[in-house]
Amino acid sequence: MTQILVPVIIVAAIGLIAGLGLAVASAVFAVPVDETAEKVRECLPGANCGACGYTGCDGYAEALSKGETKECNLCTPGGNDAAQAIAAVMGLEAGSVTPMVAAVMCQGNKMNVEEKLEYSGVHSCKIATQLFGGPKNCVHGCIGFGDCVEVCPYDAIFICDGVARINPDKCRACKKCIKTCPRQLIDLFPLDTTKAAVLCKNHDKGAQTRKQCKAGCIGCMKCTKVCPEGAVTVENFCAKVDYDKCTGCGKCHEVCPVGCIDIYNIKKHF
Amino acid sequence: MTKELFSILLTAILTQNFVLAKFLGICPFLGVSKKLNTAVGMSAAVIFVMALATAVCYPINKFLLVKNDLEYLQTIVFILVIAALVQLVEIILKKYIPALYSALGIYLPLITTNCAVLGVVILNVDEGYNFAQSMFNSVGGGLGFMVAMVMFAGVRERLESCEIPKFMQGLPITLVAASLVSVSFLGFTGIVENIFG
Repeated sequence: MTQILVPVIIVAAIGLIAGLGLAVASAVFAVPVDETAEKVRECLPGANCGACGYTGCDGYAEALSKGETKECNLCTPGGNDAAQAIAAVMGLEAGSVTPMVAAVMCQGNKMNVEEKLEYSGVHSCKIATQLFGGPKNCVHGCIGFGDCVEVCPYDAIFICDGVARINPDKCRACKKCIKTCPRQLIDLFPLDTTKAAVLCKNHDKGAQTRKQCKAGCIGCMKCTKVCPEGAVTVENFCAKVDYDKCTGCGKCHEVCPVGCIDIYNIKKHF
Repeated sequence: MTKELFSILLTAILTQNFVLAKFLGICPFLGVSKKLNTAVGMSAAVIFVMALATAVCYPINKFLLVKNDLEYLQTIVFILVIAALVQLVEIILKKYIPALYSALGIYLPLITTNCAVLGVVILNVDEGYNFAQSMFNSVGGGLGFMVAMVMFAGVRERLESCEIPKFMQGLPITLVAASLVSVSFLGFTGIVENIFG
């Protein structure tokens, strides 16, 4: 009998001591959890993208609960829903989030740009740019190796005909791709509005751009002259649209000789 | 005496490396070795837990189990004690060093059921080590784990930039690489005996 009893008692005693010890320890060393921060954290999408300017969702929730910031609308992935939920928890004004989506401002697909070298190195845009400015003729355009695809937490980016494209339904405007793109080709574009967009970032002179890409902006200034709102400007031989001024009338699109200005409602266009 | 302790330490690190020679703790070895800094964090946690587990399990074994002729209970009692210990460490870390707690993250609870930690405690008993020898063996085991993790993290970072055939991508190539690193550790056979012999 003791042969069975002693081991059972010993194991049970060790288990009991360990369990009681843990129970006491968890009471003694309990960490007070900030309840508001927890609640705010639940309103956030949890992508830890850093679009709000804080270190992930936890950082933003903590900043809000400690009163470091009173702005509830910093979370672009969460959008208006998150802003209102946070405002309800914190008792603050919700403010509004302008829904934005990221868009790749390049039309350098295989039809428009020729390849100047056969690249067989590491499949990464950042590395490919180091070698003679990438495999394509245009040294400002999309390389299409998908550094942005890898970094996107929402699986919204894909490569189509050598150029990255972003699905506006999936994009939450977290700006990760914008920070990653070695060519700074990705911009935020207002969702659900019709605006003009310049699909080129080539800052070379017109004649040079022409040689590189069939759809590159040559900086001819036709769009600036025709725009009734003065929304289009040309800097460094490349057009730029002020989305606040643009009404989406479409005049610049009509006169553009290379077709690099498009008028689009990003959702319909996609 | 010191010579013997250092011999045990070096043996645990090189010739009897827990991961590469004894094949214990393969789960974190494959799971956490993707990046160098997480590999180092995990190994540091393993060293700490191994030393602590040995320090606690040695007296339990000697004064409780051996005294009552209950050596066959070693496995279950050690698992129980190690799991409780790791939980306790986690609670204390969360309270006093939250930065380290969040850095270790999921690795600390993972160690609870790490066979390398249980392995080191049981091997100490099997080898009949005394307390000092046991401590040196477990610290050496932890350091060996770190050496293997850091080396393998380097190997995997190189693998990242290679074009791997599709059927070998992911775990297959990792296992092949792990076996090659393990073979390379065979080269240490006999080195400790010759240094201290």
